[in-house]
Amino acid sequence: MTTVIDTLEQQQLRDDVPVFKAGDTVRVHFRVVEGTRERIQVFQGICIKRQGHGVRETFTVRKQSFGVGVERTFPVHSPKIDRIEVMAIGDVSRAKLYYLRKKVGKKARVREKRA
Amino acid sequence: MKAILGKKLGMTQVFGEDGTVTSVTVLQAGPCVVTQKKTTQRDGYEATQLAFQEVKAKKLNKPLLGHLKKSGAAPHRHLVEVPGSDELTVGDTVTVEVFEPGDKIRVSGIGKGKGFQGVMKRHNFKGGPGGHGARFHRAPGSIGASASPARVFKGTRLPGQMGNKKVTQSGLTVVSTDPERNLLLIKGAVPGGKGSLVFVRG
Repeated sequence: MTTVIDTLEQQQLRDDVPVFKAGDTVRVHFRVVEGTRERIQVFQGICIKRQGHGVRETFTVRKQSFGVGVERTFPVHSPKIDRIEVMAIGDVSRAKLYYLRKKVGKKARVREKRA
Repeated sequence: MKAILGKKLGMTQVFGEDGTVTSVTVLQAGPCVVTQKKTTQRDGYEATQLAFQEVKAKKLNKPLLGHLKKSGAAPHRHLVEVPGSDELTVGDTVTVEVFEPGDKIRVSGIGKGKGFQGVMKRHNFKGGPGGHGARFHRAPGSIGASASPARVFKGTRLPGQMGNKKVTQSGLTVVSTDPERNLLLIKGAVPGGKGSLVFVRG
């Protein structure tokens, strides 16, 4: 049975979200408003988790920036996301890659899946 | 007059134009039929009676059916009086269109029942230490003096039924309305569980 709330959430879903999962390297083009000017900021890193369902779903991207680990969480269906590019598909056996937070250097990598 | 009756459907979130996420409560509000006007001459005060949620005639008793028949309205489950005078007349319909995004509203409803609760949950008492040989944990402690006054003062905060009574949340904001589906989206939470009756006033 579809409820009114389901319909409300369906209307807000984006249909241009690519298929990606934890372990994939993604490039998020995010719209940033600076004063009156709008520009697009790119955030590239490994997606370490996806959580939630429907319009409430979010994903977290982790990257190393000047030796510091940076994580950023985006709503999957946010209108502020210009587009999401999947750069590489990772070969992982976890849905949540929290173990990457404790790894540094070469160990903090994710193996790429061979087609 | 800005007042309507509705049913709480649940909560979700909506994206704003600037991409910000707002938590909203979705109400199925109205349409409400005006079934009676109370006047100072006749009843001693001014009020408008609203009816909500149509039901089969067999669901209501004869006195209620007779009362609704007088106004020409179909059988409705809920009747609520809105105090004060306004320009509505008997037979008029109130829909969500009376509200606009950005309106400040008050929402009343029967809050969720919590059952018989102790003083820590019901009145936010501090309670005692958990361990280290302490024998005072969740009890209320002293509830008064001894031979004078030799009784417990009225209104002393003690364990008892918590919740399941009328709660009014004021200062809420209307996020959007949908006149087609009779929906009212309110920023934040409103009292009561899903499916419960709520009363929205401007």
